[in-house]
Amino acid sequence: MNYGRGRYQSARQLPEEGPAFAYTEENRQRLEAICARYPPEQRKSAILAALFLAQQQQGHITRNVMRHVGEVIGCTSADVEDVVTYYTMFYTRPVGRHVLAVCRTLSCALMGAERVTEQLSQLLGVKSGETDAAGEFTLLEVECLGACDRAPVVSVNDHWHECQSPDDVRALVDGLRREGTTSLTGCHLRVAGDEQ
Amino acid sequence: MSEPLLTRYVREPNSFTLDFYTKHGGYEALRKALAMTPESVIDVVKASGLRGRGGAGFPTGLKWQFVDKTSPRPKYICCNADESEPGTFKDHVLMERNPHLLFEGCLIGCHAIGAKVAYIYIRGEFYHVQEILERELEKARAAGLIGSNIFGTGFDYEIYVHRGAGAYEAGEETALIESLEGKRAQPRLKPPFPAVEGLYGCPTAVNNVETLCNVPLIIEHGAEWFAALGPEKNGGPKLYCISGHVRRPGVYEASMHTPLRDLVYDERFGGGIRDGRALKCVIPGGSSVPVLLPDQLDIPASFDGVASAGSLLGSAGIIVMDETTCMVWAAENLLHFYRHESCGKCTPCREGGAWLHNILGKIERGEGQMKDLDLLLSIAGNIMGKTLCAFGDAAATPVLTTVRTFREEYEAHVREGRCPLPAPWRAGARTVGAH
Repeated sequence: MNYGRGRYQSARQLPEEGPAFAYTEENRQRLEAICARYPPEQRKSAILAALFLAQQQQGHITRNVMRHVGEVIGCTSADVEDVVTYYTMFYTRPVGRHVLAVCRTLSCALMGAERVTEQLSQLLGVKSGETDAAGEFTLLEVECLGACDRAPVVSVNDHWHECQSPDDVRALVDGLRREGTTSLTGCHLRVAGDEQ
Repeated sequence: MSEPLLTRYVREPNSFTLDFYTKHGGYEALRKALAMTPESVIDVVKASGLRGRGGAGFPTGLKWQFVDKTSPRPKYICCNADESEPGTFKDHVLMERNPHLLFEGCLIGCHAIGAKVAYIYIRGEFYHVQEILERELEKARAAGLIGSNIFGTGFDYEIYVHRGAGAYEAGEETALIESLEGKRAQPRLKPPFPAVEGLYGCPTAVNNVETLCNVPLIIEHGAEWFAALGPEKNGGPKLYCISGHVRRPGVYEASMHTPLRDLVYDERFGGGIRDGRALKCVIPGGSSVPVLLPDQLDIPASFDGVASAGSLLGSAGIIVMDETTCMVWAAENLLHFYRHESCGKCTPCREGGAWLHNILGKIERGEGQMKDLDLLLSIAGNIMGKTLCAFGDAAATPVLTTVRTFREEYEAHVREGRCPLPAPWRAGARTVGAH
């Protein structure tokens, strides 16, 4: 929520119109499979899943996406906007290929999360919330990610990278540039010998 | 308690697979429960004294009993897997390494309250955990353990995973229901409670992951065995999440007899403060509860034990802070969280949280005045108890507890016009005093 920032003003910030949007046949089928998990008259329950699919397909949510999602789910685009603007995981602006989300809440902050953000910011030349000019990295600060034992934690897209000391930041960025998300440490809970 | 029950196998390879789980006696409790009447399942859970592990510690058996079984409408189990309380990461471990225990708990819950469907509401950030849940659900479905005619008993119980999209407030039970219905995660006015009118207006039980994971143990070993694992009214095993300035952060399973001091210092648990520093304070139950000082830790880490020391066990997220921590900074950090996560429904929380955060920032930068301290207490006092859900209290607590316990530290900020404790692990801009 951006409420209360500055002078306690709230403003309606509509995403851009964007290009025409419709789900691919595959995504539409995946969405219908998810809708089937709820009672037939409760298709709106699938709205978060519908938005995730659209975001996966197009990268971010636009007004055309909101209209299409409304048509497919069976609600107004105002209902969709209501949801999009509430949840933090929906991007209403284009983001970089890698979204680096640094956990900033207490347990991570106690272990140096502020310095991780600072280092990333210097290295990438962007402030928190911004995307670099090449569209490669977006830097975000997010609230508790629920992995406080490995603080400070950074999540990259839907992948995890854990146990970051501020000094490891360069290796993280270099690894992503070189090999993409395969360079990440993944979840610490995996054990040697686990099936993939 | 000699060995862990919930997390016994979590460090073994493939502990999350159906094969592993059934080889170690998995789904036997479900078989046993399906042969019992729903009433007797609820009676056993009630007799065990199991208390909800999400934070409130409400007796699970009672919650299930309250579900209106006379209603002609469908009933639902909603498993709260929106683990978002700062300092809490226990359900993460259970779901990633022992998901079938959760499924078994959900199915027994369905049987108890007469639900056909259980939804596991998992926070959006746990994407890798969701993948595991979906994959293992599919295996259990193929094996006839979930879906129609389970074990040939004629019972049909289904489990679906529902992914959230980033909202702390979705962990509040009525907000979780709203979110599941495809709306903003904002709390509802209670009553009616979810047991009467929950998901889609139907009778619903909302239970935390760890709570449901305890249910198969109770069915398997009995209520008396479970109750005897901990102090009176605090039975069963408990997962503790220890983070912050300890040598061995992690999730540890222990009985609620365990002294809070042991959880912080014992080599089996937190292992003491890192770098040989002194302890400053502990937040014992996720960020929403009052701090405890080093001389307040000789209490059992149970719901009632922690309450007797003036705090709450909450979600058992134990955040440990050493002597290098500035408490104004810590409060500002937490209020940033609450300001950001407030759903905006109730004015005291929406406006008050932002106001508190602004004042804390001012004091931390060295621009505060002495009268700001009383203003903080006044604003926090006007949020406390004046909102629809417990979020308001949660946001007010870090301010009330730090101003009351560490008032001299706040005053030092005002007097010196800077932060007197700029720890080296904080951002540089703060440590060189841009004041």
